[in-house]
Amino acid sequence: MNRGNGVTDKVGIVVVSHSREVAKGTIDMVRQMVGDEIPMAYSGGNAEGGLGTDVASIIEAIKQAWSPRGVAILVDLGGAETNSEMAVEMLPADWRDKVVVCNAPIVEGAVMAATESAGGGTLQAVRATAEELSP
Amino acid sequence: MAPEITGPIVQAAVATIRDHAEELTALDQAIGDGDHGLNMKRGFDAVAEGLGGLAGLPLSEALQKVGMTLVMKVGGASGPLYGSLFMAMGKAVAGDPARLDQVAAMLAEGVAAVKKRGKSDAGEKTMLDVLVPVNEALHEAAGRPVALATLVSDLRKAADTGLERTRNMQATKGRASFLRERSVGHLDPGARSSQLLVHAVCGVVEGLGKS
Repeated sequence: MNRGNGVTDKVGIVVVSHSREVAKGTIDMVRQMVGDEIPMAYSGGNAEGGLGTDVASIIEAIKQAWSPRGVAILVDLGGAETNSEMAVEMLPADWRDKVVVCNAPIVEGAVMAATESAGGGTLQAVRATAEELSP
Repeated sequence: MAPEITGPIVQAAVATIRDHAEELTALDQAIGDGDHGLNMKRGFDAVAEGLGGLAGLPLSEALQKVGMTLVMKVGGASGPLYGSLFMAMGKAVAGDPARLDQVAAMLAEGVAAVKKRGKSDAGEKTMLDVLVPVNEALHEAAGRPVALATLVSDLRKAADTGLERTRNMQATKGRASFLRERSVGHLDPGARSSQLLVHAVCGVVEGLGKS
């Protein structure tokens, strides 16, 4: 799933769920919709493989999906958001401003964000497209 | 405070979380996702593993390490929340806090970090309903001459009252907010774990006065 080697002109997408299956399944759906042209990665479950989220694994996913144009993170429930924000703060200083946590439903948001990214959208555009889905 | 206090405080914190893990999980099953006790225990077990290295450190350094361990190990929202609390407390004062107003300044920084991380404040049925009044009580005590026994009694009372007040609150933050009015009538698990930690620290500080 590691498509992010830093040599891409597309915004990266990271999916963070409490469940590894949900995270992986979301990425599978995104890949079916937009193919492999954007860097994508996921993090799901806690460090022991149970339900939860894991800051170290989120940081790893951001690195995998890294793009000079930035990375948009889609999350499911509260802890995924809090842990993702923590992960962003723990990134190297010059990366932090290029990673955003979107306020959007995880599956629909990931698909919309990836579509916008595949079309060449900026990080701001990718985030805005995903967040259009929020009430 | 002397550096020797670090070990006992960390040990007391680990012990109380281990002793109450099932209760915290039960509270969380009522209004959350039922993992608070397990998550906190996982985090504090990891802290306990590093206790040998922590015990000799100044409190500020130990707190930062404890915070980082919780961030990396807890696996739920309480990881970054407690992690931010301890890391900010550790950063607030260099070395060991020598005076009560320094301890108060540490807690103030910690509480501010929790508010920022959780985008929350007291009154929303969270750990802040314990931490905010405890912080206020500590600042009040730091502003006047106070006996150690009075100090710990005031802090415990603030923690207990804050915890109890969460029972009748409706959650607006965290998973419990999905329950809306059905969250009323249950103690908040995060407030309970915070109250337990306040009691643990008070117990150690009280012991210092007696030795």
